[in-house]
Amino acid sequence: MSEGQKASRWALWLPLAIFAGFIGLAVSGLLWPADRNVASTMIGKPLPQFELPAAVPGRPGLSTADFTDGKPRLLNVFASWCIPCALEAPQLSQLEAAGAEIHAVAIRDRTEDVSLFLKRYGNPFTRIGKDDISAVQLGIGSSGVPETFVIDGSGIIRYQHIGDIRPEQVPMILEKLKEAQR
Amino acid sequence: MRTLLIALLALFAVPLAAQDSLPPAPYANRQIEDPALEAKAQELMETIRCLKCQSQTISDSDAPMAGDMRSQIRMRIATGEHPEVIRAWLVERYGDYVSYSPRITSLTWPLFALPVVLIALSLLLLRRRFRGKGDAS
Repeated sequence: MSEGQKASRWALWLPLAIFAGFIGLAVSGLLWPADRNVASTMIGKPLPQFELPAAVPGRPGLSTADFTDGKPRLLNVFASWCIPCALEAPQLSQLEAAGAEIHAVAIRDRTEDVSLFLKRYGNPFTRIGKDDISAVQLGIGSSGVPETFVIDGSGIIRYQHIGDIRPEQVPMILEKLKEAQR
Repeated sequence: MRTLLIALLALFAVPLAAQDSLPPAPYANRQIEDPALEAKAQELMETIRCLKCQSQTISDSDAPMAGDMRSQIRMRIATGEHPEVIRAWLVERYGDYVSYSPRITSLTWPLFALPVVLIALSLLLLRRRFRGKGDAS
């Protein structure tokens, strides 16, 4: 009998313990929110086949073949209507100045808008493809703009950077590019 | 100060930043002419997550990217591709998160196993309780 009472006394605290557990879960969710970025699962896989027309008159369009000549490059996914893309522009220029070759895909964009954007924020891109239906974006597992991919010399995706490149992240991107050379 | 200014500007820019002015992709808001194929596409689109508005399916979402995904799915279904092949194609690119139809993997098996365990446990508890009553009376 006394043993049964002991068990029920212990069980009395169970609802409170469960409640405290829920509170703990909610607080931890608020303090450390989950990462909502959807990372590409194409790392280590080759670029899909694509061939995009030029986005602006001054730069040629972009196709898979432009990535398979042995030189690692950056692939920047951007759009003129995207504000963080404008914030990222100085960092891309810095990367270009450091010797990185950057190809770009303009997502759902007009030629005149892209031209204006490049005139305003600088043009660090060697080639710019025009992707009006996000086909290449979906093909490489990118879920937004801006995103920057490191592509090695044989067209394999090596690294994905989600969001704008911050000034302090420039050396890290260059390091990833160097890693892709090996 | 500059960071603060940018942060303030970004606050106002958010609704603009998420939109573009290009017309939607060809099949974003248009059905496939063949109703049977459209039904197939619809069924798939209702179980694919919008990557921009992550609690919506692409058939619910007005995000331009969801429109592009719908268009691509409809065009591929129209060429006779199987819906599950397209789902697998998307999962290959975005991981299981993009699909609302969960697979049993090394990570998700507890989701499927736990209900079975709980039912077995409750049956066991109930049996003990009813037995106990039987003894008392």
